[in-house]
Amino acid sequence: MKKLLLSSIIVIIGFTFIGRLSYLQLFRFSPDQILDDPAIKKIYDYPERGYIYDRNGELMVGNQPAYDVMVIPREVKPLDTLEFCGLLGIDKNTFIAKMEKARVYSPRLPSVLVPQLSKEDYATLQEKMRHYVGFYIQKRSLRYYTTNSAANVLGYISEVNEWDLQNNPYYVAGELKGRTGIEKQYEEVLRGRKGVKHIQKDRFNRDIGPYKDGKLDTLPEQGTEIHITLDKKLQEYGEKLMHGKRGGIVAIEPKSGEILAMISGPTYDPSLLVGRERSKNYSKLHYDTISKPTWDRSILAEPSPGSPFKTLNALAALQEGVVDPSTKFRCYHGFYVGNTLRGCHCGGGVRDMNSGIYQSCNAYFAGVFRRLFDKYSTTDEAMDVWERHMESFGLGNYLGTDLPTGRPGRIPDKTFYDKWYGDGRWAASTIISNSIGQGEIAATPLQLANMTAAIANRGYFYTPHVIKSMGGSGSIDPAYTEPHYTTIDRKHFEPVIKGMANVYKYGTARWVQIPDIEIAGKTGTVENFVRVNGERMQLTDHSVFVAFAPVENPQIAVAVYIENGYFGSRYAGHIASLLIEKYIKGEVTRKDLEKRMLEKTLEHEYAKPYSGEPFKINEYVW
Amino acid sequence: MSGRGLFGRIDWITIFLYALLVFIGWINIYSTSLVDPSLSIFDFSTLYGKQLFFIGLAALGIILVLFVESNFFERFASIFYIISILLLLGLFVFGKTIAGATSWYNLGFFNLQPSELAKVATALALAKFLSDIQTDIRTGRHQIYALIIVLLPALLILPQPDPGSALIYFSFFFVLFREGFPLYYLGILVFMVILFATTLMFGTVWVAIGLIILTVLIYTFKKASVKIPVLPVTGVIVLSILFSLSVDFVYENVFEQRHRDRIALWLSLEKDEDKLEEIRKTIGYNTYQSEKAIESGGFFGKGFLEGTRTKGDFVPEQHTDYIFSSVGEEWGFLGTVTVILLFSVFFLRLIHIAERQKSDFSRMYGYGVISILVFHYFINIGMVIGLLPTIGVPLPFFSYGGSGLIFFTMLLFIFLKLDSNRLKDGI
Repeated sequence: MKKLLLSSIIVIIGFTFIGRLSYLQLFRFSPDQILDDPAIKKIYDYPERGYIYDRNGELMVGNQPAYDVMVIPREVKPLDTLEFCGLLGIDKNTFIAKMEKARVYSPRLPSVLVPQLSKEDYATLQEKMRHYVGFYIQKRSLRYYTTNSAANVLGYISEVNEWDLQNNPYYVAGELKGRTGIEKQYEEVLRGRKGVKHIQKDRFNRDIGPYKDGKLDTLPEQGTEIHITLDKKLQEYGEKLMHGKRGGIVAIEPKSGEILAMISGPTYDPSLLVGRERSKNYSKLHYDTISKPTWDRSILAEPSPGSPFKTLNALAALQEGVVDPSTKFRCYHGFYVGNTLRGCHCGGGVRDMNSGIYQSCNAYFAGVFRRLFDKYSTTDEAMDVWERHMESFGLGNYLGTDLPTGRPGRIPDKTFYDKWYGDGRWAASTIISNSIGQGEIAATPLQLANMTAAIANRGYFYTPHVIKSMGGSGSIDPAYTEPHYTTIDRKHFEPVIKGMANVYKYGTARWVQIPDIEIAGKTGTVENFVRVNGERMQLTDHSVFVAFAPVENPQIAVAVYIENGYFGSRYAGHIASLLIEKYIKGEVTRKDLEKRMLEKTLEHEYAKPYSGEPFKINEYVW
Repeated sequence: MSGRGLFGRIDWITIFLYALLVFIGWINIYSTSLVDPSLSIFDFSTLYGKQLFFIGLAALGIILVLFVESNFFERFASIFYIISILLLLGLFVFGKTIAGATSWYNLGFFNLQPSELAKVATALALAKFLSDIQTDIRTGRHQIYALIIVLLPALLILPQPDPGSALIYFSFFFVLFREGFPLYYLGILVFMVILFATTLMFGTVWVAIGLIILTVLIYTFKKASVKIPVLPVTGVIVLSILFSLSVDFVYENVFEQRHRDRIALWLSLEKDEDKLEEIRKTIGYNTYQSEKAIESGGFFGKGFLEGTRTKGDFVPEQHTDYIFSSVGEEWGFLGTVTVILLFSVFFLRLIHIAERQKSDFSRMYGYGVISILVFHYFINIGMVIGLLPTIGVPLPFFSYGGSGLIFFTMLLFIFLKLDSNRLKDGI
């Protein structure tokens, strides 16, 4: 026993040590520990973010230098605080607070004292910088916009937050990331890939040379420039027309699905979200809960489409064979549902498809809708058929564009009404409002434009998109180059398009014809309601218009939706007509019309519900 | 057999293991202290250069030891012991203070640490006393004499202050145990340490409950034939509970805050994450950095001269007490296990040699040597890998430092010299 004591102790110690070392070096070890080794610092080399060009190669977004004033608290020598604050444009208390914050973060590491000085401030500060020991200026790159439009499409970039850092290992605190629009969607393409240098540090965090002689270091990869499908001139022109109005405009090139313009009103200058004033400006825009400038109405607003939707009902009825173009319905200045008369503005009389469309006769489409439902023995069956036709036009679901936001709109189905009314307690007459695009249907302006493009193409559409090409190559995601066919045969489109062309010739939009261009369009006037302080009130109708031109070989399909603009032919019709002329001819000949649209605003309409006083709607002020 | 010379009789296995350990130690000192690779390894301005010089001195010491007559050590053991006691006393007057401890004589070119010398002297003196024909370790009087020999230098070293070196003298108890000192002393000591630690961790109530449950279990599962008297067992339990009750008092009033911090860190008494972070930055900084460095080595290690934390000087005192963390980072689990196995084999070989001695003096001295080396090894590596509280003792043959290396070498080679002479002892 006594002879073995020491030997056993040695063996036990050996096993204990090996056990502990196994725990440390085998169990607790993880191979990617090198990433947070305090002995290795990574220094990043940021590539320039890719430029964004419009469809004609015109620059929309570039980069500009900005200057951060940095401080290393430990190295700061006593200074003339007041003078320095004056140069930086901050007050003394802010300065003291920021210095304290930097010191708490780390006395040895640099912190940002004042971010993103303008070029002018930088110029004056630079000369005096040598007086201030412990401070230095770091250059970085910010976005620079050559346009004050398309803020909603281009999007903005901002510093990564906690969530980004946790969910994407690529980012490091302080880096910039696309937040909305194209900047977000094509973030990885635009930003490129930062280069990294590994530096060996000692425990005082001083550099003592490259780690592994730089074997792990990488060079930065430049961000890729991208071309988008927007037409800068059209976009800018559309935003000017939108002045003082709320709503959304989307223009699409039918033969490719490329989005030519995407306008939301009111909007803001994208340059507002760059530089030092970014957060102040952002709060201002974000907290404007009445006009909501950051809310992209062109893809997020989901109003009822109104009368433009009648064209789809006509197409569905033709496809189902329940009517032909010459089938007639009588309009009694309205139509009866049971014993109640629902009104119609068309003037009354006997309507066929052509005049039904160009006079936008409610009675005609109510009749068509009933015929469609009468064809099937059960309402459920008919509803399924109708829903399938409507959805084939890209309605009722997300379109799948390459923009990070969007809304599905709504095509009501039988479960929707079963829930609402109860199973078996509704029929075509209950939901007759859908025949004229009111009721429970909802669609974004983008969906309306896409639907119009599908009509213009006589039966198919390409998923609308904003990417035209990346870098040098023209190849884009094949999802945007494959046609989606509607459930309607090509031959059924001509009678409907004829009606739409006649809208301009004889119908609701005969005042906004464009010389030399044959347009097909459809007006819409949409009743709407809001709740202000809990009280439901009806507001002036929304003005809606969809159109494409030229009728043969269409180059542009456009949907315009103007909140509280009253008749479809008023604001929306005018704006659509001007945009089409601008796009096709490059120049607008009808200067008086243009002048009126640029100057007229609807601010008085928008103020009404908030005035606190009773107000009239649908006034004939023009 | 006796016809062969010294080189035929000396134990080459031990020498080989010794050389290997010194070599691996130097390699790691080179890695921790390398600043400018263009300097020669013989450059004495560098730590690794100096260590190479110390290795040379140790080699001279080996030659000196090997050519001295064997019985010289036994004969002059008492004189050595008295000299080293005087040297330790002299420190109170002439000592040089380094890092807060007055443990050195300044010899101009060299700082002599007499506590290292005293280890050798104590090992010799204890062996001489125990091997005396008149000494009987089973008698209380001789037990006390033996304790005085061992504890006198420790008491002189403690106020330097150098508690680490003082603690080393407890290693001589293994010699005493080997030579018949009652083993249950060790049992009682271990039991008290366990009681102390468990009381701090769980509190007296749980310790008492645990003891009672343990006793009941023993009574339940013992063979019916084995009789365990109830009264003494009850007495032990009562005494244990009283001891446990006194622990808090001792902990709060006898220990100083820095001791409490070290113990708290060791037993993971602190659960508050903020305070833990604080401890890591202050008292536990070395241990934390050392564990992290070892951990980051993984299975294969980062490679020679590739240890980022070693290069960045993250582990303080890495070339001396924390040298093993460099092995862990650069050579990984493979390296650390190799070193542990080397030491274990080395020690077992020495025990084997000690046991084959015919002379009692040689065997007892051998046990002294082994005990000292094992104690250093256990406390040092235990501390570096975070198993034991921070106690500053070097790792034998590894750590940077002249006194340490030279005296460990002398300690060992005196034993090898005695061993080479073992066949003559019988004559």
